[in-house]
Amino acid sequence: MIRTPLRPLARILQARAQGEDPDHIEQENLRLRRQALRDTGRVRAELRLLVLALLFLSGFVLLGARMGLLAATEPLQVRAGLVEDISGARADITDRNGRVLATNLATHALYAETRRMVDPQRAARELGRIFPDMDAERLAARFTDPARKFVWVRTRLSPEQQQAVHDIGEPGLMFGPRKMRVYPNGRIAAHVLGGARFGEQGVRAAELLGVAGAELFFEERLRDPARATEPLRLSIDLPLQATITEVLSGGMTVLNARGASAVMMDAQTGEVLSLVSLPDFDPNDRPAPPTEGDPADSPIFNRAVQGYYELGSVMKSFAVAQALDQGDVTPDTVIDTRGPLKWGRFEIEDFRDYGSEMSVTKVMIKSSNIGTARMIQAIGAERQKAFLRGFGFLDPARIELAEAARAKPILPDPWSELSAMTISYGHGMTTSPLALAAGYATLVNGGQKITPTLLRRDAPQEGAQIISPQSSARMRHILHKVVHEGTASFARIAGYPVGGKTGSADKPGPNGGYEEDAVLATFASVFPSHDPKYVLIVTLDEAIDTTGPEPRRTAGWTAVPVAAEVIRRVAPLLGVRPTARAEAEARLRADARAQ
Amino acid sequence: MRSILYLVTALAVIGLATWAYRENHLTQQAMNTRASLEREIARLEAEIAVQRVEWAYLNRPDRLRALVEVNFEALKLMPITAEHFGEIGDIAYPAPQARLDLGAGVEVFGSLEALSGARPTEAEEQP
Repeated sequence: MIRTPLRPLARILQARAQGEDPDHIEQENLRLRRQALRDTGRVRAELRLLVLALLFLSGFVLLGARMGLLAATEPLQVRAGLVEDISGARADITDRNGRVLATNLATHALYAETRRMVDPQRAARELGRIFPDMDAERLAARFTDPARKFVWVRTRLSPEQQQAVHDIGEPGLMFGPRKMRVYPNGRIAAHVLGGARFGEQGVRAAELLGVAGAELFFEERLRDPARATEPLRLSIDLPLQATITEVLSGGMTVLNARGASAVMMDAQTGEVLSLVSLPDFDPNDRPAPPTEGDPADSPIFNRAVQGYYELGSVMKSFAVAQALDQGDVTPDTVIDTRGPLKWGRFEIEDFRDYGSEMSVTKVMIKSSNIGTARMIQAIGAERQKAFLRGFGFLDPARIELAEAARAKPILPDPWSELSAMTISYGHGMTTSPLALAAGYATLVNGGQKITPTLLRRDAPQEGAQIISPQSSARMRHILHKVVHEGTASFARIAGYPVGGKTGSADKPGPNGGYEEDAVLATFASVFPSHDPKYVLIVTLDEAIDTTGPEPRRTAGWTAVPVAAEVIRRVAPLLGVRPTARAEAEARLRADARAQ
Repeated sequence: MRSILYLVTALAVIGLATWAYRENHLTQQAMNTRASLEREIARLEAEIAVQRVEWAYLNRPDRLRALVEVNFEALKLMPITAEHFGEIGDIAYPAPQARLDLGAGVEVFGSLEALSGARPTEAEEQP
């Protein structure tokens, strides 16, 4: 560092020569040096102040941001079950009017900490006495096993059992709080709900997981902590579901059926108001899947959704609707129905001989296989396939149940002209009752595609136009006539005009071919027929009516009376006003004629 | 002058420290209250859940149906049918109101003077 001298010799000598005081020079230089020092000192101080100010500013910004964040966040809901990162929370499920279908109940699990146990042998003995299904000796072996510190004894306890365990007085027996899934309505809507089980278990809580049905389909929604307090609202109507279950199970008993199912759907919105499959089960104690026998006979099998059957004549409506919609025929066009209709080695016959010609309406009323086969022959297999695809019959049913995606219809391969003809009267292609309900809803609601849903909705579905409104009106008229002039005479209900079509399909035997005496009877109905609001599908598996001199198995004697009783009971519950038959028919005629 | 400033500052520091100490305790107290309230809420919610389950269980359709059957004598409840719907025209007009029958004697309260509008004269008022 070079020091600048305070008294530079050159200037001093020069000043002395001029007779000036050289001390002035020194003072001047001192002044300059101090000034420079002061300037650097000020700059440094300013910098320090700036840094300090920045520090404070960032501190305040941090505090302010945190306060803002706290003020802006939603207040946290108290959740008792949220400990150990295992959430026992699961939202309730209610019906369309808020009645509880599934909810949680606090209960306790029992576990043992073996190190704290005083008398494991006695505890095991006492536990064996309280729970008769437990093996006391095995329990004692587990309690005394030195490798174990911790033993789960039971996943849930009733309050009485808890008190009894308490009374043993064993300090090593502990209770862990649990949420338990409860279905207070028991068997009602069992197939819709499915069931729940415990997932990962901790001492303070256990996960509740869905096993099947809506519980499994909506797993994420139900376990979402943000929506745990908001119940999941289904489209199911509990009183309706209960009534239909009651009537259907009565019908099943009287008619000795192996199984039965019913689907009730809103024809405009596609909401499934009721979905019944019998035999059913208690979702509080869901049975294990069967390990032997036909899985389709198990109570956990949902016949209405998983059951794909050849449904027989109920499918004729779609062949006729296509012929009407494509303008090939009108309801009065005469069809050649001379039988048998030969196709190669194959012959199509009718249940009885109905004469050599019939109008299209008559073909439906008499349920003539030959008539619909001839209509489809004129349309062709490709167009039939495209038409049925439009109704969704070729894909798995889209409904909010976990099982639905796993069941698929069986379709002919290749889709030959012969299969087209058999499909026209419901053989050669399988359909589930749920898909059938959606198909009929589409058919009668003015022709707009309906996708079935289990969630409550308030607006009609604005689906694609599958058939024209006029064809839809003509179909309504034809279906009304089938009931009031044809095979479904038992569905003539005072006050409620019903339209529908029966189907009695021989069941396929285990070794190919069809069985003689096993019939799946179906009745697809819509009511009120002049202004369809609801679609009801009833199927009965191997039902026999034995009131007559000889056993009768056709749907007209089995499924139709049951469906009629359902409508008689359910229509007033739905608030449907009764209509005189003449009034309804006048409306139907006017609608069918109108363009 | 300077010593007064020091004194005031020291007092202010002591005051603020006391305030902060109190606030700290109040906050902790509030947090404790909050925790106990939360426990209380959780307990009540669990109880409400039990009540809801019980309500739903007691109102399950199977039980209601059984109760209706058991109490048929007293309640005579039947499933609603189409006949239970009525037209507006089915409702009768209200019958003309029956006239009050005065023959059986009617009790009347109040003063006759007020009824007739008669007032006591000045002469009568004087003692």
